[in-house]
Amino acid sequence: MRALAWHGKHDVRVDTVDDPEIVNQRDCIIKVTATAICGSDLHLYDGYIPTMQAGDILGHEFMGEVVEVGAKSTLKKGQKVVVPFTIACGSCYHCGKHQYSACDNGLPADNQDIAQEIYGQPMSGLFGYSHMTGGYAGGQAEYVRVPFSDVGPIVIPDGVDDEKVLFLSDILPTGWMAAENAQIEPGDTVAVWGCGPVGLFAVQSAFLMGAERVIAIDHFPHRLDLAKKFGAETINYKESAVYEALMVMTGGIGPDAVIDSVGLEAHGFFVDNVVDQIKASTFLGTDRAHSIRQAIIACRKGGRVSMPAVYGGFIDKFPLGALMEKGLTLKTGQTHVQHYMPALLNAIMEGKIDTTFLISHRMDLEDAPKGYDMFKNNQNEVTKVVLKPGFN
Amino acid sequence: MTESDPRDDAPLSTSKRSDAVADATQDLADGKGSSIVARAVTINRPVGELFAYFRDFANLPSFMENVERIDVLDQRRSHWVVKGPAGKSYEWTSAITDEAQDGFIAWSSEDGADVPNSGRVEFRDAGARGTVVVATILYDPPGGVIGKLIAKMFQREPAIQARRDLRRFKQLMETGEIATAAMNRKQHEEELA
Repeated sequence: MRALAWHGKHDVRVDTVDDPEIVNQRDCIIKVTATAICGSDLHLYDGYIPTMQAGDILGHEFMGEVVEVGAKSTLKKGQKVVVPFTIACGSCYHCGKHQYSACDNGLPADNQDIAQEIYGQPMSGLFGYSHMTGGYAGGQAEYVRVPFSDVGPIVIPDGVDDEKVLFLSDILPTGWMAAENAQIEPGDTVAVWGCGPVGLFAVQSAFLMGAERVIAIDHFPHRLDLAKKFGAETINYKESAVYEALMVMTGGIGPDAVIDSVGLEAHGFFVDNVVDQIKASTFLGTDRAHSIRQAIIACRKGGRVSMPAVYGGFIDKFPLGALMEKGLTLKTGQTHVQHYMPALLNAIMEGKIDTTFLISHRMDLEDAPKGYDMFKNNQNEVTKVVLKPGFN
Repeated sequence: MTESDPRDDAPLSTSKRSDAVADATQDLADGKGSSIVARAVTINRPVGELFAYFRDFANLPSFMENVERIDVLDQRRSHWVVKGPAGKSYEWTSAITDEAQDGFIAWSSEDGADVPNSGRVEFRDAGARGTVVVATILYDPPGGVIGKLIAKMFQREPAIQARRDLRRFKQLMETGEIATAAMNRKQHEEELA
């Protein structure tokens, strides 16, 4: 089959590789019909993520048609499914609590060592995202082996356009969980740092959960336009002082809840973080942790801080004092995708959530390397690239 | 032996004291070995099911990756062939020294073992969370400290193996299979080789 493989920094190629097969009984094989490039794929592209190996197949946002099933899969050939980026078993204690991204069994035993070392306990597996998250081949390919296919993939009704449901795989549930973690109450003002895909879905979700006002913060004009389209007020941080603006806009109170969806934009771990824990204490740098600091300082007393943004290691000058003195609640975590998929599929089908607005570019899988280059170098216009095998 | 601190409930295997190995050995029916490793894992299955699977030693190679084979000789004794670093393999005959149904299994290697070892696997009912399994293993690393380092480089050090084997045991019992990123059966066979 053809698949987008990582070969090194800024070197991704579409290679011909062996087709995947059923290995375990709960597996299925899907023929990919649509897959997207995620902001976090750029961290792989930029060579920041350790434990990558030349030839690794990328992609963790994908969907397709079931073409083969293992003996214990509950799927049927011909079904259209969207696959969660988190690989979770559905049978451990954490899956029982719907904390799917904390699944005990998604990672192969040998790959659990690194995460255990850094975080204390290993997390779930991820598709196409380095060997530290399992070394699973990703979805920017013609075919994918999907483990635990009886609990992960969600079946899509016939006749629904791929583009409407593709983002159930990651960024829509991630934006939704970000808003849920902000514990929004009717009448609240919610501030969202970052109008990338996750931030924009957080804006929509916050309104659906009863926020009266949402204030979105970014500097890319096109992304601010999109936030406005969903009813958010905006702050361009290149033009205005964010803290001062927020204080005036909220009558001196501060936002009731703040959402940091900047960070590393998604499921990232930075190389310095992992490889060298001493250097790690300085690596994130002021820039990258700036949004979470600003969010904590701006948040009203007794308010809520939601952090969907991914941080891999340690940060300096974290305003722990402000968090404590103001009595803030901080909620965060990788998305429990499997938990949110059914309700969000309904919301899409009922027209409550707009998903397709995000897609700026559609390309053939063969053109994926061009897609990575465009996504990296023009973040204003390129909001989302969707790849389709056989598109041309 | 030093008096253990009654205000410290941490397991002996995590002790910073140099004589902890000796203390731990005392708890074993027949202690053998100078290095100690202990690992605990909580498995979301009933204690009876886990004990029964583990007690049938013929099952162990299904999740103990470095075990080439185990020949069950009789109710108490079994012969182990284990992969070591650099393509070597090690053998010994192991005998159960004590056990309690759904409680624990203690074993010790017989004389002439390539890697003298002894240990104990405990199964404790953990209510809604399933069963806590604690494995404590004492062993004499082949080639002493240097051998242990080499084995670690080749990822066959018993401490690393025990940790990964317990994870695989948990995966097998909870999900019915052992997680692998292999894309196809050929890759999977290469992994297991």
